Amino acid sequence: MKKLLSLVLVLSVMLGATSLALAQGPSGELEIFSWWAGDEGPALEALIARYSEINPNVEVINATVTGGSGVNAKAVLKTRMLGGDPPDSFQVHAGQELIGTWVVADRMEDLTPLFEEQGWMEAFPQGLLDLISTDEGIWSVPVNIHRSNVLWFVPSKLEEWGVEVPASWADFLAICPTLKEAGVTPLALGENWTVNHLWESVALSILGADGWNGLWDGSVSFTSPEAVAVWDTFGQVLDCTNEDAASLSWQQATDMVVGGTAAFNVMGDWAAGYMVTTLGLVPGEGFGWAAAPGTDGVFMMLSDSFGLPVGAKNRDAALAWLTLLGSAEGQDIFNPLKGSIPANLGGDVTNGDLYNPYLQSAAADWASNTIVGSLVHGAVAPESFTSNFATVMEIFLTSRDATATANAAQAVALQSGIGA
Amino acid sequence: MTVARTQQPSRPPHRRRRLNRDRITAILMLLPSILLLAIFVYGFIGQTVYTSLTDWSGLSLNPEINFIGLKNYNDLFTGLLDVRFRQDLVNTFFFTIFFLAGCLGLGLLLAVLLDQNIKGEGIFRTIFLFPMALSFIVTGTMWRWLFNPGGGVNRLPGVIGLQPLELRWLTDRTQILQFNWQDLPGIILLVVAAVLAWMAYRRWQRGRRNAARVTGGIAVVLALFVLLGGGKAIPTTALPETHGFNLAFIGIIIAAVWQQSGYTMAMYLAGLRGVPEELREAARVDGCNELQVYRHIVLPLLQPITLSAMIILGHISLKIFDLVFAMAGADNATTDVPGILMYLTSFRANQFAKGAAIAVVMLIMVAFVIVPYLYTTLRSEHEL
Amino acid sequence: MTGIQFRPRRILIYTVLVLAAAFFLMPIFMVVITAFKNPADINLETVWSLPNPIDLQGFAEAVNAFLPNLRNSFILVVPATILSALMGSMNGYVLSKWKFRGANIIFPLMLFGMFIPYQSILIPLFQFLNSIGLYGGIPGLIVAHVVYGLPITTLIFRNYYAEVPTEMVEAGSIDGAGFFGIYRHIMFPISLPGFVVVIIWQFTQIWNEFLFAVTLTSTDNQPITVQLSQLAGGEAVKWNLPMAGALLAALPTLLVYILLGQYFIRGLLAGSVKG
Repeated sequence: MKKLLSLVLVLSVMLGATSLALAQGPSGELEIFSWWAGDEGPALEALIARYSEINPNVEVINATVTGGSGVNAKAVLKTRMLGGDPPDSFQVHAGQELIGTWVVADRMEDLTPLFEEQGWMEAFPQGLLDLISTDEGIWSVPVNIHRSNVLWFVPSKLEEWGVEVPASWADFLAICPTLKEAGVTPLALGENWTVNHLWESVALSILGADGWNGLWDGSVSFTSPEAVAVWDTFGQVLDCTNEDAASLSWQQATDMVVGGTAAFNVMGDWAAGYMVTTLGLVPGEGFGWAAAPGTDGVFMMLSDSFGLPVGAKNRDAALAWLTLLGSAEGQDIFNPLKGSIPANLGGDVTNGDLYNPYLQSAAADWASNTIVGSLVHGAVAPESFTSNFATVMEIFLTSRDATATANAAQAVALQSGIGA
Repeated sequence: MTVARTQQPSRPPHRRRRLNRDRITAILMLLPSILLLAIFVYGFIGQTVYTSLTDWSGLSLNPEINFIGLKNYNDLFTGLLDVRFRQDLVNTFFFTIFFLAGCLGLGLLLAVLLDQNIKGEGIFRTIFLFPMALSFIVTGTMWRWLFNPGGGVNRLPGVIGLQPLELRWLTDRTQILQFNWQDLPGIILLVVAAVLAWMAYRRWQRGRRNAARVTGGIAVVLALFVLLGGGKAIPTTALPETHGFNLAFIGIIIAAVWQQSGYTMAMYLAGLRGVPEELREAARVDGCNELQVYRHIVLPLLQPITLSAMIILGHISLKIFDLVFAMAGADNATTDVPGILMYLTSFRANQFAKGAAIAVVMLIMVAFVIVPYLYTTLRSEHEL
Repeated sequence: MTGIQFRPRRILIYTVLVLAAAFFLMPIFMVVITAFKNPADINLETVWSLPNPIDLQGFAEAVNAFLPNLRNSFILVVPATILSALMGSMNGYVLSKWKFRGANIIFPLMLFGMFIPYQSILIPLFQFLNSIGLYGGIPGLIVAHVVYGLPITTLIFRNYYAEVPTEMVEAGSIDGAGFFGIYRHIMFPISLPGFVVVIIWQFTQIWNEFLFAVTLTSTDNQPITVQLSQLAGGEAVKWNLPMAGALLAALPTLLVYILLGQYFIRGLLAGSVKG
């Protein structure tokens, strides 16, 4: 705690000095656009509160558009950007969602000067920097790291039902009938995008990290036997899920596990934040976790980041926002509440007062595992692919035909310029 | 009529000049509206049509846009990846049929019942019509909650102590009435042939033998063409593709009927009130019972109302967007409609040209229904 | 009609009517009981039970959450309704009493504008509003609603004025009144019922509209329908909030409907083109 306090002190002095150097510091308004509302809101609000302390002359407008995984928000954001009314800073997933949509369209400002000024070239892991950079510059400031491939369960319930945490999807499929007989949904699933989310964990386990990366650099075709096998396994896994999935939010799917009506759930580790903060559960006791079956040792990451759009009306205020956001101080304010680990290596991840046991274990995995990017959450493929992937998934759900689906996926990949 | 009268030459010259000046003022006063609509309706439609013939995609500040002709349309109807659009058309078709049937049936039933000297008619009428005052978004939000598989409507039997239902409503993935998209040209031609055959029959009955022979002949040729496999000759998708009626739409149909059947009721009720009591009385004197009075006297008189209602409601269902958006969300592919797909294609996948093409297809469908209607309605008005 | 032999049939009729009424009222009942429940008491097993106790705090929270959007909706609806009614009245006057050559072509072309799917003009509309600097704010939305409201308001007024005897107009013109004089002294004073119909219709339509609202406004200017759709689509939201929101969004148009139902129905029937 002492360490943190001194850190905060040093940082505030530094930031204070910066703002002195800028005379009064920025003033006016700052509009921040994100899809963090509801349970994910407090982390952003805490960061904004800190921002207002440092920049008392700026009035912050917290423009949130709700909807899981940001699907509604993105449509609104695009209308605004096309309409020439960009927010001052907006949330965007690091990776192709940033590069493929906004950077290639010349809509973002290069943040290299900010990174150099703040000494962030060393503060962020190189792999992450690669996701937010092109040859022309660095385009956003990552605020956190989430993990996509996590399996959630309640340890005491598993004991009760007499099942182990599956190490592979084959293991899972083996215990699936047992759970069904016990009247338990083996795997809780939610609406639309959570189905795609499950798919990426299945694909990662079948293809391995290299195969997964191969899909996106074009070295592995969607029609290759391994990639077709992904759909076969995925279909079997789907047969172990709840029938009312499409009507449930991801939180409701998590609730099924917590409430004991379902055994497992594959969801990103924002689920830990939900279970700790909203449901008040103790990590390790109230809920347990493991890498999604067959993906141990691989960390499928996604990172929320904020950028500076060209033509932002309050550029100075936005830069001050990005400065706080990328700093170790800002990340240690934001991430414990968000339930993610800091992207900035200076974050105080070993501090048990800030980061709960789940997050500490995630930070350890982040440091030691093989890192790959998430599809659903914008890291590995451009939006034209992710958007059309919904159609591919629909073809599979309707036909349950692995080969036809794989053909469609390959066609989408070609159309989006993957493997070209 | 009015035009003819004001042009009568009997007026003194200075009055005519005065009238001419007023006439010009009148046109000038109308001009802003005409210009606004010319730009906002026809100009913008033209621009959308043009966009749909290009390859505009992406969010660049200065996008490179190339003219590619009808490729977007070709993709929509035959391309492998646009299977969703084709299912959306099928969804719209079935939605329209059931929605119309529901609104007309329920609206007529309620109107006929209210026509029976009902105590508290005003209250009933108010209750049946109030959903019309609501936004589709409000309706969608309410019914979304009601169709939650674990609660709402499914729990209704529980209120009187019965077992809850286990219907899956919006999350149902069952598809019935399936057909292969490749068979569609043949099916359409057969329907056309059947309609022509029926027309031929009617003409024959009316003694227009020659016209009947021509129409009938075309019908036979079309039918033979299809039966001999000609339907397959029309290019569609490369692979067989199954489409059908998604049962997930039932919930949306119920909500839409709930909202709009008050409208048909009001129209029918106005029509029923217009049927002269003497006509009914005369029929009763002729020995008709109440049911027969309706069957033979009243309902035939309501036919024009049915047609109007079908067109107004039909064009609503062809462009339905808000209700589905609020009720099932934009991502529930089983309840997708062209209006939503256009929104997603443009603003999510950044394919503005293809989004424009979807919008143009929607416009053509609506125009198909509305233009003949406007034409006949306004023409018959001028004949009066 | 009141003879004894009709009894069973009358009972049947009333039974069907009451059942239908129950069907129509059911969603509203659900909205009200859910909106006034304590969020903690909402669960799927007991959706149909009455709120016990009635929880006003959740509702107050919803009012707070929706207040800015309610305000936006009013700021949007009032000027848009008045403007489109005034323009529609003038157009209707011209088209009914000053018919000119070509009016029979122009009028249907104007009317077509009220049937088009707005998706087909959405992208150009938003580029246009952007180019004149009206994108994102309520004024831009007002422009859109006024223009696309012109066909229906023109239609209603045209049909309304068509029933004013031409003799009255001619009498006015003999008295020396010109185009504006006739409008001001003869037509406008008898237009009140027409205005009520049009204003109610436009008020309801614009209040309830969604597609323009969601694509043409930035976050702080969004009308209530947009906010409602986002709340209901959001996750882990306790359902009392969207239900309270639905109630708030419905209330103004419902009030208008209940108080001025007759005029509302006239607007409704006018929508089918025939007068």
